[in-house]
Amino acid sequence: MTVSVERGIQTLKEHIDAPVASFFTTCVHCGMCADACLFYTETKDPKYTPIYKLKPLRRLWHQEYTFWGKLAAKLGLSKPVTAAELKAWEELVYDSCTMCGRCSMTCPVGNDIVYMIRKMREGMVAAGFAPSGLKAATERAITIGSPMGVKFPALKNQIKHIEADTGLQIPVDVEGAEYMALLSSMEIMNFPEYIGAIAKIFHNADISWTIASDAFEATNSGIQIGSSDLAAELVERVVAAAERLRVAFVISPECGHAYTALRWEGPNLIGRPYPFEVIHILELLDRLRAQNRLPVTGKIKEKLTFHDPCQIVRRGGVVDEPRRLLDMVAADFAEMEDHGIMNWCCGGGGGVSANERAAKLKLTAFNRKRHQLEALGVNTLVTACANCRITLEEGLEFNNMDVAVLGLAETLAEHLEEQSTSATTETP
Amino acid sequence: MTGVELLIWVRGPGLQLSLAAFILGMTYRILQTYFLGRAKNLAEPRGSPWIHGMKTMWWRSFFHPGMTIRGYFTIISGYTFHLGFIITLLFFDQHIELFKSWTGLSWPALPPLVITVTAVLGIAALVAVLVDRFADPVRYLLSDYQDYLCWVLTVLPLVTGLLLVYKIWLPYTSLLVVHIISFEILLVAIPFTKLSHVFTIFIARWYNGAIAGYKGVQS
Repeated sequence: MTVSVERGIQTLKEHIDAPVASFFTTCVHCGMCADACLFYTETKDPKYTPIYKLKPLRRLWHQEYTFWGKLAAKLGLSKPVTAAELKAWEELVYDSCTMCGRCSMTCPVGNDIVYMIRKMREGMVAAGFAPSGLKAATERAITIGSPMGVKFPALKNQIKHIEADTGLQIPVDVEGAEYMALLSSMEIMNFPEYIGAIAKIFHNADISWTIASDAFEATNSGIQIGSSDLAAELVERVVAAAERLRVAFVISPECGHAYTALRWEGPNLIGRPYPFEVIHILELLDRLRAQNRLPVTGKIKEKLTFHDPCQIVRRGGVVDEPRRLLDMVAADFAEMEDHGIMNWCCGGGGGVSANERAAKLKLTAFNRKRHQLEALGVNTLVTACANCRITLEEGLEFNNMDVAVLGLAETLAEHLEEQSTSATTETP
Repeated sequence: MTGVELLIWVRGPGLQLSLAAFILGMTYRILQTYFLGRAKNLAEPRGSPWIHGMKTMWWRSFFHPGMTIRGYFTIISGYTFHLGFIITLLFFDQHIELFKSWTGLSWPALPPLVITVTAVLGIAALVAVLVDRFADPVRYLLSDYQDYLCWVLTVLPLVTGLLLVYKIWLPYTSLLVVHIISFEILLVAIPFTKLSHVFTIFIARWYNGAIAGYKGVQS
């Protein structure tokens, strides 16, 4: 056994805590989690059953914490977890799991399977078994500052275009601003209209905000690949910028796992609470709505629906906000049969979209969303995650479906009541 | 040791020993899990883990939206077996007599025919889940030796009890010894096998609800 595999196994053992032990002790192998996983429902391959993806971790728990497991290990009768086994499990743990957490909602005995997948990935990456695409994205995030290799000059260039289009100034490195907005590389490169949208909305609501030139990236490949050390490094950069600029709030953008990384894992990764509040853009927009600072005009007449980004809704707790916001601008907002905390994932979360090897499987898994959209009969789909958006667009194009995908913030910005765009955004 | 002497032993010290192993073993198992602990959550909570944990403990006992045939089968067969087993255990007159001789406590028994129905339903549910475990590719892939061992340990007290009531197979005393021993083995096995889920299910559900509840989601 190589040193890295030993390290991986040790890491897995260290991640067995009380919840994990109670989950494995309680699992009755009923297989109900299979029906909650789009990789199983769309392939009918039993190996994609969520709890099966944890088999090596389960065996380690059995060997370390059960009477029969310990006895068998002492007598040399237990089957050790090997490099070959971990290698074989790489596809199950990364390619066929978006960490959407739907399985965790349906287990009759209460197993939070995705809680364990997150831990399993820690051991996998420590052992050296992670998809090359995700490794490369993580390396770029650490060395360049963005998983897509986006540096500040590229963002600056986009800002110039947005400023020209909107007539608004996008504030950068403004000390003492109330809010620091983060972005995902996907938004910067593929959906820069998000930046223009929040600029318009914030200008309208008279919000003092800024972007940090040295920490504009919200995504966190460390979370996706399962490396707490690297994830902590990425969170620290955001925290350092927020402290330097003395902001009260850090805004998590329309990106699912970024919210999980910043809002829920961040303080635990760096080992201390934040001196600021992390707020999701949808939460902020909903607060503005409640304060009558988000006046909109006109409604979209066509029937439309909302795709819930798993990490923002089911795993993030931002459930009602997007619905209240959509109601402001949609005349015919219809829900998919499974929505909200029981939504179906787009198929590209949890690092799957950064993993080229999983591309075909991802498109197969997309069939679940295709069926949902066909059943509802809509031609417009609104979402609030750039990664969901690109995955949905790919899936729709692959299936020749005529469905437009919109970001929620930009949809709201398009319906903002007419404001003068000649003024620049006020900054303290 | 004669058959009667053996019966006296299994009804007395044997049952006491197995009960002690059950209680001590289960206590150890629960404490072992608890003391593994979990890291303190430094993120600002949005909801109450306690309240959500308690709610999940309750709500996971029922069907949930979007459940498939596999899910309905699991829940219905699970309830049929567990209720059949518990009613048979607690409301058969001779079982109540045994509890009374130990504790002085007693309660009304159900008619023998009803107990026969609950025991048969319990066995039927167990047979159904075993057949399904082989027939369903997902369950078959997940299953390990404990799934089958626990099935045998669980069905034995029900089957031997029915044989005993209807005086089938072995002489009464021998069958009674077999029946009591099968129950004692089941008791001892609970803390040391996956049968311990009868208690840890509440811990697992609580953690699930607490983790989601911290973020303001009811899981």
